[in-house]
Amino acid sequence: MARILQLTLNGRARSDAIHDNVLLLDYLREIVGLTGTKTGCDGGECGACTVLVDDQPRLSCLTLAAMVGGCRVDTVESLVTDGRLSAVQRGFHEKLGAQCGYCTPGFIMASAGLLRRNPHPSEDEIREALGSNICRCTGYVKIIEAVTYAAELHAAGAPP
Amino acid sequence: MNEIVPVRTIGGYVPMVDGPEKVSGRAKYTADLAAPGMLAARIFRSPYAHAEILEVDVSEAAKLPGVKAIVTGADCDKTFGVLPIARTEHPLARDRVRYCGEPVAAVAAVDDATAKEALRRIKLKVRELPAYPSARAAMAPDAIDLHGHRPKNIERDVFFELGDVDAAFAAADLVREGTYNCAEVCQNQMEMHAAVADYDVERDRMTVHASTQVPYYVHLMLSQILGMDMSRIRVVKPYVGGGFGCRTETLNVELIAALLAHKAGGCVRLVVNREETFITHRGRPETDIRLKIGMRRDGRITAVECECVQRGGAHSGYGVVTILYAGSMLYAIYDLHNVKYVGQRVLTNTPPCGAFRGHGTVDIRFAFESLLDEMAQALAVDPFALRRANLLTAPAFTDNDLMVNSYGLPECLDWVEAASGWKARRGKLPRGKGLGMACSHYISGASKPVNWTGEPHATVKLKLDFDGSIVLLTGAAEIGQGSSTILVQSVAEVLGLDLSRIRIVTGDSDVVPKDNGSYSSRVTFIVGNAAIDAARNLKAVLVAAAARRLEAKPEEIECLGELYRAGAQDKGLTFNEVVAEALKDSGTVIVGGTYSTIPESHGGKKYRGAAIGGTMGYSYSAQVVEVSVDEETGVVTVDKVWVAHDCGKALNRLTVEGQVQGSVWMGMGQAMSEEAAYHGGLMLTANMLDYRVPTIQDSPPIEVGIVESNDPHGPFGAKEAGEGSLAAFLPALTNAIADATGLRFNDLPVTPDRVFAAVEKRARGRKSNGGA
Repeated sequence: MARILQLTLNGRARSDAIHDNVLLLDYLREIVGLTGTKTGCDGGECGACTVLVDDQPRLSCLTLAAMVGGCRVDTVESLVTDGRLSAVQRGFHEKLGAQCGYCTPGFIMASAGLLRRNPHPSEDEIREALGSNICRCTGYVKIIEAVTYAAELHAAGAPP
Repeated sequence: MNEIVPVRTIGGYVPMVDGPEKVSGRAKYTADLAAPGMLAARIFRSPYAHAEILEVDVSEAAKLPGVKAIVTGADCDKTFGVLPIARTEHPLARDRVRYCGEPVAAVAAVDDATAKEALRRIKLKVRELPAYPSARAAMAPDAIDLHGHRPKNIERDVFFELGDVDAAFAAADLVREGTYNCAEVCQNQMEMHAAVADYDVERDRMTVHASTQVPYYVHLMLSQILGMDMSRIRVVKPYVGGGFGCRTETLNVELIAALLAHKAGGCVRLVVNREETFITHRGRPETDIRLKIGMRRDGRITAVECECVQRGGAHSGYGVVTILYAGSMLYAIYDLHNVKYVGQRVLTNTPPCGAFRGHGTVDIRFAFESLLDEMAQALAVDPFALRRANLLTAPAFTDNDLMVNSYGLPECLDWVEAASGWKARRGKLPRGKGLGMACSHYISGASKPVNWTGEPHATVKLKLDFDGSIVLLTGAAEIGQGSSTILVQSVAEVLGLDLSRIRIVTGDSDVVPKDNGSYSSRVTFIVGNAAIDAARNLKAVLVAAAARRLEAKPEEIECLGELYRAGAQDKGLTFNEVVAEALKDSGTVIVGGTYSTIPESHGGKKYRGAAIGGTMGYSYSAQVVEVSVDEETGVVTVDKVWVAHDCGKALNRLTVEGQVQGSVWMGMGQAMSEEAAYHGGLMLTANMLDYRVPTIQDSPPIEVGIVESNDPHGPFGAKEAGEGSLAAFLPALTNAIADATGLRFNDLPVTPDRVFAAVEKRARGRKSNGGA
């Protein structure tokens, strides 16, 4: 079966004809062409595909596109404002929270979701919020520094 | 106006030059590439660990509308492999399958659903053969020879004895022996393997985008497999989501994509899933070690005897090199004499292993440092003092002819001892807590390239044009380790320019010079030196041009980066004015730089394969690990790691820290939770839930001390930073557990199950002895 999916994607209203069984991940990457969201596993193991659905982190590989009708969906491509990196993006760049960069969009969206609901997270809260995301490069030390720094930038007025 | 001074970034904290692309989602990895009309590909894999292929029937699949090409072993009788001496692998199995998951056929279709349906229609008829999933089974006298040319399935026997080992053991005050087993582990890099192959039928040209660490090897293997002249092939490396060694070798993924594209006459994208990425493997082999060390009362090592058996998997891959590294790298960390090594690399019915971060050195180092710890305890010598009793003095050549020019291990020991509070805290921690330490080392690039061509080991080109920008052209593959940043920094440093003046282009064989690739931690040392050479050559061109304009001698010209002048009083020329002058003769300036390793670094000839281990510079690492052990549950928590790494000179402290932390953490995964487990030949752990990678909640703070021994040959004094700290974590962990519990674990990973079983066993022993 097919349907028309209407949603707000990265701040813009969109409607697309989709099959009912299309995953949100494949909708974003293959239909819309937003390849910033990554496929890292065979389903729900790694968090690389994390996006925000109505500000909540969601694994787009375990979400049918049909389920986000009427929702706000934000991907990593939405964070740059007026050409400038967001607080979380700047944190991951400047503190080396990203090495190969493949898990990075998922970490960034999970972190952005954290800062939207909790602008001043403790280290334990950061660890908990990122507990479903796997990074194979950093050992996570600099990811924690990146999110801590992002929270400071956010507190100083930068969008998360 | 501010005075113009040369920009300096070497030694600073410099974010990666390609960071903004990665954090914004703009970075394109191979699977992100799309072209109109591109076909989707899937691989049909063997469900048998060992079987004779009787028939691969693809007739029903071929009838499916939308299927554009099917390839099987019949389409390619050529073999591939990373080592010229061991090319035993077909992209698609012919005659026999040797591991569960080996590619047998592949389909390209208009979409993924059609390709999947086509796989369901392929029929494989076989005669099953006995399968040997363990090294012991494969070496049995009656085992079938998996490749018909290796009796007892031993891919390579290594033997050397340097010195008088028996006499040295006889003279020792203490001799101890241990046996160790390290489970097979996988790189499990975050990006799954992918290739996009585009065959231009009209021009007979093949373009392949691949997630590889060595585009040059892919180029060579495509030519070999397709039977195409190399000049008709173009290889592009997009952003790569990690490698850790598994992408050093050309993989069957890119070769199969190319075979399909060739047959379909179009563009094919092949992205394998996580399970298939595990099965494609090339990880660290399961390793059994028997190690014996002789020691004087003061902790001085007198003799070493080591036997090592590696379960290599179904094809050679890097295997010969791995088993040689395991022996040669016993040396170059301590002052050792009287060493005997016996290594066996075994072919088995499991996916082929390969080069994994710390290639060949990690499991041996685990055994060695574990046994040192045990002997330190037996002699009542502090573990730090024991290491200090065995230090090298650089410069030195080891008994197996490895060249050691810089040696920061003493300073590494000092740093972690002080930072961890070892002297004050060791032995005084509360019950269930412990401290352990260990050391490790690694090469800064193999001194001899795999493919010996007589060319320089690295070549870098710089293009300077009318716009005043410098484009750095290199084949060195940025895979997340930060090599592009280091190369840009190196060129900028020589010229005194801001990093923003320099753009880097990597990994497109149409544009960049060939490079031997990102493996064995070679890029900073070897390509870095070539980049410095190129920058110096460019500077000479600019200085000559400035001298011409200023009517001065070149040696009178002072280069301040953005300003060239003939003396402090001279107003001088801006960089752009110098560029304009430099371009007058020839237009666009392209200069090159090269680097070749010196013959003294090439290892020796005292035994067959003794060149393996030779490098221009060894990195050194010392670590202290603090653990808490819950004896009720068997759960071990790493509370903190202190690591000191001698990288010669930290060209970029930010990326050095990141590399060292990543290495330590990867060692933690191997030590505590990661294991590729099999049932028969079937991998049971081919996903990230069963193959248990540490999460952020399992991972400790890792404090990094950078030790700078300033290698005389290193670029600005630098050596490698990305591998050498991995190995020390494993024994530092088990030594810490021994300190906390008195229990010693010689088998990895140290899972809660194993800890719990050991605690129970000890309790039963105490009970039967009538103890508490």
